Amino acid sequence: MTEIPTQEFLRKCSTACAGCGAVLGLRYVLKAAGPDTVLVVPACCTSVMQGIYPNTAFGVPVFNVAFASAAATASGMSAAFRSMGRQTNVIAYGGDGGTVDIGIQALSGALERETDFLYICYDNEAYGNTGMQRSGSTPRGARTTTTPGGKTHSKKDLDRIVAAHNIPYMATACSAYPQDLFKKVRKALSIRGPTFIHILAPCPPGWRYSSEKTVEMGKLAVKTGIWVLYEREYDTLSINAASKAARKKPLALEEYLKPQGRFKGLDEKALTDLRQSMERNWRNLEQEVAGPC
Amino acid sequence: MLTIATGNKAVAAAVKEVKPSVVAAYPITPQTEIVETIADYVDAGTLSAAYIPVESEHSAMAACIGASITGVRTFTATSSHGLLYMHEMVNWAAAARLPIVMANVNRALGPGWNIWAEHTDSLQERDTGWLQVYVSTVQEAFDTTMMAFRIAEDERVLLPVMVNLDGFTLSHTFQSLETVIPGDYLPPISLPHAIDVEKPCGYGPMTGPDDYFRFRWDIERSMRDSGAVINEAQRIFAEKFKRSYGMTEEYRCEDAEVLVIAMGTLGKEAEVAVDVLRNEGIKAGSLRIRWFRPFPDLDIRGRDVVVIDRDYSFGFGGILADSIRARYSCSVSSVIAGLGGQEVTYNDIAAFVRDRKPGTEHWFGVKA
Repeated sequence: MTEIPTQEFLRKCSTACAGCGAVLGLRYVLKAAGPDTVLVVPACCTSVMQGIYPNTAFGVPVFNVAFASAAATASGMSAAFRSMGRQTNVIAYGGDGGTVDIGIQALSGALERETDFLYICYDNEAYGNTGMQRSGSTPRGARTTTTPGGKTHSKKDLDRIVAAHNIPYMATACSAYPQDLFKKVRKALSIRGPTFIHILAPCPPGWRYSSEKTVEMGKLAVKTGIWVLYEREYDTLSINAASKAARKKPLALEEYLKPQGRFKGLDEKALTDLRQSMERNWRNLEQEVAGPC
Repeated sequence: MLTIATGNKAVAAAVKEVKPSVVAAYPITPQTEIVETIADYVDAGTLSAAYIPVESEHSAMAACIGASITGVRTFTATSSHGLLYMHEMVNWAAAARLPIVMANVNRALGPGWNIWAEHTDSLQERDTGWLQVYVSTVQEAFDTTMMAFRIAEDERVLLPVMVNLDGFTLSHTFQSLETVIPGDYLPPISLPHAIDVEKPCGYGPMTGPDDYFRFRWDIERSMRDSGAVINEAQRIFAEKFKRSYGMTEEYRCEDAEVLVIAMGTLGKEAEVAVDVLRNEGIKAGSLRIRWFRPFPDLDIRGRDVVVIDRDYSFGFGGILADSIRARYSCSVSSVIAGLGGQEVTYNDIAAFVRDRKPGTEHWFGVKA
């Protein structure tokens, strides 16, 4: 077992919703990163859960910036710290809307320029802060306030977009697997250059399940295989043990979908589409592990 | 060192002397020569800065913001659509109280595509909390860029400064230039609210109405205080480097009965027009606005005023003319001229004065 420090960088005065998967993830991100860290936060749930001026719930400096600009702001900050000879961790912590939609240009630019920073997208699969509107990361069939009949488009494959930048390290993670997340953050921060972690962050009000079930929901995502835990160092992909086990003996996808109000009334076609995109994701990953035939 | 240079090269040369730690920029005509020149300095090792070749102007300003909050000196340059694209972050930089200096090469806005001089780009940023200065010569571009860092970084100001120069008529025009080394004119930057991991704070979190309102008032208070800081920076610059600048530049204004008020190169052109008019016996003077934010105090009482706007606020009027009317409750002869790089000569300006009609607005070249 990895020794996780008892020191907390997230104070109890956080204004996050009960059962928030994003704040749970952040707790372990900050434990892994330690005190010599600055968080760069675009408009997202984290702008809210850090508390209201003059209070802050975070034990590291947090620099709030406009929606599209987290990765670019982090670029400048990292360059400035390095110019002073300081190795302070610069972590951009943004939601899915701020990453896959409005912020993707800045993210792509920062990755391409080999910025020395860690970008973390915590993905609750909708614009949570503004009351759950659909984002590019919302899965097909999910009901949001702007897709009341269920989303008619697939979830954008952010990880393949990031992978196309051939960065030194990227990983997926889930708030329900804090040990795994902790290790991945430590690994990412030990590497110079751009690193990226995509955290699936279950969201009780958005996904419409009761707030004590966040960990359960995250585990179901992994155990059904709709969320795959893996790491990629340059071209070398390794699928993590929990997901390998799930691939061998997966739970039925319905076990993940049923408890969530957002998938209520999901039709057969949307269910088939979800299954197909899950299978496509697995095939892509397995082919990559196997190497060129 | 005495040399000849374009306006763009002069800005870049000044940036080299003030030694920023981070420069983030995106190319756009007619500004590109500034950042190309800075990239050359960095490549040659004559400027030890991190040059971040960002993928957009929005990111250019964001990167400057991220760098500046660590307490280092930062610079960027843009123009026209680039400035408008970064508009959100332009606001952010001022409200985050970051002493970023930016050169904006004034250029018209599309459509149609037009790369020539116009001030509507920067004047659309007038309410963002940035100090704005408009220069008219290559030397002034160099000197003002250097001063801009001192003013922005002064603890009484801590607001960003935008140095504006006209596209092509100044950015690409060669004039003589004497470069100087700032030395102790520019003290090392010391940002009181720089990020400190030993004292973790939240920067720009959710803020309630009362605190937010106070922060806005703080910006305005600093903006008001900045006038004295600008005058001090200009006075010490004159003592040290023997070149003198004011909030405005006055030419033959003492006994003038009619004043031409303009910004940028048209303000310089107006000086030649004043000589022409004086030879005809018309007591004219030129009052060139250098600092548009904060807006200067003008001595215009009892005189006719001809205001030339190289900009326009559709549905209302020339932005400079309206500012003067609003501030001084006076009647001005408003001339809209030079939009999209329209050629305006000193003879044209002399005609504006001869044909002035207080209380009217005249679009130069447009038949009524």
